[in-house]
Amino acid sequence: MDAIKIEGLTRRFDDLIAVNKISFNVKQGEVFGFLGPNGAGKSTTLAMLSTLLEPSEGKAHVNGFDIKHRKDEVRKSIGMVFQDSTLDEELTAWENLDLHCRLYGVPGELRAKRILDLLKLVELEDRKDSLVKTFSGGMKRRLEIARGLLHEPSILFLDEPTLGLDPQTRNKLWDYIGKLNKNKGITIILTTHYMDEADKLADRIAIIDRGKVIALDSSANLKNKVGGDVINIETTDPEAVQKFVEKCKFCKEAKRHDGKVTISTDHAEKKIPELISLAEKNKVKIISVSINKPTLEDVFLYYTGKTIREQEASSIEHLRERRRMHSR
Amino acid sequence: MASATYILWLRSVKRYFRSRSRMFGSLAQPLFFFFALGFGLSNVVSTSNGSYTAFIAPGIIAMSVLFSSVFSGIQIIWDRQFGFLKETLVAPVSRISIMLGQTLGGATTSIIQGCLIFVLLLLIGSLKISFGILLAFLFMALIGLSFTAMGIAIASRIEDMEGFPLIMNFVIMPIFFLSGALFPLTNAPSALKVITYLNPLTYGVEGMRYALLGSSSINPLVCLSVLGGFGLLMVFLGAFLFNRIKA
Repeated sequence: MDAIKIEGLTRRFDDLIAVNKISFNVKQGEVFGFLGPNGAGKSTTLAMLSTLLEPSEGKAHVNGFDIKHRKDEVRKSIGMVFQDSTLDEELTAWENLDLHCRLYGVPGELRAKRILDLLKLVELEDRKDSLVKTFSGGMKRRLEIARGLLHEPSILFLDEPTLGLDPQTRNKLWDYIGKLNKNKGITIILTTHYMDEADKLADRIAIIDRGKVIALDSSANLKNKVGGDVINIETTDPEAVQKFVEKCKFCKEAKRHDGKVTISTDHAEKKIPELISLAEKNKVKIISVSINKPTLEDVFLYYTGKTIREQEASSIEHLRERRRMHSR
Repeated sequence: MASATYILWLRSVKRYFRSRSRMFGSLAQPLFFFFALGFGLSNVVSTSNGSYTAFIAPGIIAMSVLFSSVFSGIQIIWDRQFGFLKETLVAPVSRISIMLGQTLGGATTSIIQGCLIFVLLLLIGSLKISFGILLAFLFMALIGLSFTAMGIAIASRIEDMEGFPLIMNFVIMPIFFLSGALFPLTNAPSALKVITYLNPLTYGVEGMRYALLGSSSINPLVCLSVLGGFGLLMVFLGAFLFNRIKA
């Protein structure tokens, strides 16, 4: 069974189509990345999947339950970590978790143990009786992840989990998220506009832009579609290198410039041994070899014709335009 | 359902006891009114039974319950601003149970607030201990419940914090000043009388007056049924509007 099935899901706000007929499935146990610029429709999709927002059209099943008709079952199946904190800052960490347990009907005899286990998991057990308002941003996010897991959901939604966090905390959170998925087998859906985050965490990535899913695949496959890798060879005799490389089957193109040869190919890392042995055979000295692989940034550029930053700027401009029209 | 209501009630009560500044701050305002008006006007206003300070004492208690309950109700605006509201809205519990928890929590804290003022007025000597205290307690509970629910109803329709001063100036203040808390209804001009009779808090104030002073210009049974009916209406309205909140 798929963890999530989405068919033609659409959401309109007045004349704006925030999410436009998207369809895809998320497999059980995978980390699914939802990548796109701010305002692309990621959060709206998440809001619909978590039953906070009614879809205008289309269907979706979460953990086998219809999001329109079986809201409570959907809600019990998922853990939510929103973009902005939803903790009660005037309560302690423990009280926040206890409150969550009661809202989700976790039986009384299990509560204390589960709360303690999860606090240990996110390394906050020594702060359990501190008010949340004394926590740093990273601690709050960790506490929210722990809270999202209290009712043992089969799917965890993370909306921009590392937004606004420092690099160290981000790395740590990535570790937690990876571990959760591996050790507990939880399906994780995360939205992000950070390329590196999607690349590092997600098994498969859906790229969403202006309410539409424009590409969906593993990070490696997405990059391969965009075009091959590039191998740079620094050598004492570029001419000779270019000559033997051009004879290779795998080489799409070989160019020579200031003491270097650049080769376009696929799966570059597998071609290097062959290139080295060819160089030896031809008695050419190689000084260095490097590989350039396309990034998700290139993928985004390929599909939308814009970098994610440009797209963000233009969609914000678009929103401003709309607001101006409305305020008239 | 009961569990969700209970934990949200507990949250309100905990937050109340943790926020000492709010507790003492909201004691200061009614006491300020009491001293300024009570002693300032006691020689000017004539009341049928006893001193003017005793006359306004029940009204001052009602005021503190009113203020603290409306504030508890519109706590929802803060919960929305700081995100906590979403945590409750996405939980597998009915909106009604969330709303009831908030309402009962607000009613509880505003009764505590009213009791604190009551004790202070006892100490000052403006009120005396009698069996009427129990009845006064019932009226405090009804005022607390009704106006917390009203606060929730209003907050459910307000999107941001900017609506807050509006509520203060156009809801709470008129309700208080036009409730007969500060002036006897018997000698009031008829237009003012009509408005006052339409104000649900009037029945709370008059009920409290009967309970604590032994006489009132409105029959206490009328007070009880009007305020009870208003409370029920507000709980339904609050539940209905809260149910339609957009996350």
